[in-house]
Amino acid sequence: MSERPTPDHQHAADAKISRRALISSAAVGAGGLLMRKIAGPAAAQASGPTPQQPGATPPMVPDDPTLVPGGGTTAVSARSPFESPARTPLGVITGPAYSPLQDLTGTITPNDLLFERHHAGVAMIDPKRWKLLVHGLVDRPMMFTLDDLKRFPSVSRVHFLECSGNGRAAYREPRPDMTPQIVDGLTSNGEWTGVPLSVLLGEVGVRDGASWFLAEGGDAAKLSRSIPMEKAREDALVVYAFNGEPLRPANGYPVRLFLPGYEANTCVKWLRRIKLIDQPNMSRDETSKYTDPLPDGTARQFSFVMDVKSVITQPAYPARLTRGWNRISGLAWSGRGRISRVDLSTDGGRSWSVADLQEPVLSRAHTRFAMMWEWKGAPSVLMSRAVDETDAVQPTRAEFQKVRGRGTDFHFNHIRAWKVAADGGVTFEGGV
Amino acid sequence: MRRALLTALVVLAASCSVERQSDHTVQVMGIGRAATPAEIHAWDIDVNPTGSSLPPGSGTYAAGASVFAQKCAACHGAHGEGIGPYPRLIGRDPRTGFPFGQDPAYVKTVGNYWPYATTLFDYVRRAMPLTQPGSLRNDEVYSVVDYLLAENQVVGRDAVMDAQTLPRVQMPARGRFVPDDRAGGRTFR
Repeated sequence: MSERPTPDHQHAADAKISRRALISSAAVGAGGLLMRKIAGPAAAQASGPTPQQPGATPPMVPDDPTLVPGGGTTAVSARSPFESPARTPLGVITGPAYSPLQDLTGTITPNDLLFERHHAGVAMIDPKRWKLLVHGLVDRPMMFTLDDLKRFPSVSRVHFLECSGNGRAAYREPRPDMTPQIVDGLTSNGEWTGVPLSVLLGEVGVRDGASWFLAEGGDAAKLSRSIPMEKAREDALVVYAFNGEPLRPANGYPVRLFLPGYEANTCVKWLRRIKLIDQPNMSRDETSKYTDPLPDGTARQFSFVMDVKSVITQPAYPARLTRGWNRISGLAWSGRGRISRVDLSTDGGRSWSVADLQEPVLSRAHTRFAMMWEWKGAPSVLMSRAVDETDAVQPTRAEFQKVRGRGTDFHFNHIRAWKVAADGGVTFEGGV
Repeated sequence: MRRALLTALVVLAASCSVERQSDHTVQVMGIGRAATPAEIHAWDIDVNPTGSSLPPGSGTYAAGASVFAQKCAACHGAHGEGIGPYPRLIGRDPRTGFPFGQDPAYVKTVGNYWPYATTLFDYVRRAMPLTQPGSLRNDEVYSVVDYLLAENQVVGRDAVMDAQTLPRVQMPARGRFVPDDRAGGRTFR
């Protein structure tokens, strides 16, 4: 394990590269003109929630950039040194790293900020040696290479990907100093490209009696989930790209399963095997984990679909509001289709206004909502409430707790609340 | 037979109009190759509740206690009590009811939450120990499964686990699991 770069190390390496690139481009551009160190990172830290990478050098910028040529072209773009959105890696192989929702705009998650959750680390796989076995209740068990996959018809679709444990800490142990990243950062959204699983099933020939399929990863967890065949026929994808480039290793390179609207654990990364079966396998991640204990003494199993949900991402902790007009904005999504409406409240749910939805509003995709709000200095509580095209409404925290219980483990979709104090400070309120 | 019919339909469609190339579900493209029996055997490791794919071999409590002490206790604790992120494996509390949905303080274990004994074999063989997955022999897997079931007081310490006995083990939580009844719409479930 130790020789493999962890996300932590990788991030540190990225940061180093950008600093070096920056210094050399600054040196080229200096040309004897006065350069000034700008306290960019410190400023970013004061006004934004993401801490700057430790040890970063303040960038050198000319007094007047119109009077000095800039840097040359580069192989790969680095972020502006004034911006440092980052995940929250724990440096362990069985944990998550959350997407910085408060630093993102629009709906598309950049590839290097897509949330991570691994069960035995990030597998490193040689694409030339990768192969996918499709077998079980089929006429012709077959093996496909990555080149094979890319010869098949492909589709590209924009969908969210959300861990069904997203929001657990915010439900169980809400704290005022939680950012949107910590509250709900185990969701990301973007364009997935790959082959419909139905195409591969056409190649192998599905036998009568195949009612489920088992998807298995080629990582050290060999993570496996049983999925009903209807999903395979409907819209399951075997994907190899995200946002226009190959999947990143942490996102399942070279190939993962993608099931629109389903909890992310079922979208098996580093996919190596699909087996058509006549009953679910009852693997660990569909029995002891990823099941929902309920207050009536049962546990809901195969709860694949992600419920309708929304979260305000701006303003949120640790932002500080200024009096006057402010933009309230956030993300809404549902595993059952399109978002049809998002309501916003600034008075803790006593009254609601309909927010604007940014087009296009896509099925089972993050949808950006926004509303302008004139803050006059009174303490306020901001809440968002999403409704999807099935008329499912995001429940209040109290409704959620009544139906799902205090101890429920997954699918935390209750309304989130943010408190605005008289001094403009915004903190996480949990829910009401 | 069905394929022949579909091919005939495609040919027919092509002869009377411009073929819709995007209608790929009716065509076998012949991309990829046949998987060999050896390739399938090497990866076909899943074990379902029928136990029909369980391998030969067997395990005992004594051997399992030894495997657990050497390969599992470092993360899960000497008594399977769990350490940090590595979960508790042993424990039957509460003896009555299934209050996990009501109170997050109850810790889920093999004994009080796992509905199928075959899952233990499947999971341990595919993913444990975390630092050396795939390193246990089948007898060792059967043994450590036997040990965990016995420590959870699901089977006696004299039980032997093999392809016949393991699928017959009745887990205490077996009857607690229900299918997903959420379906969207106005009622929150």
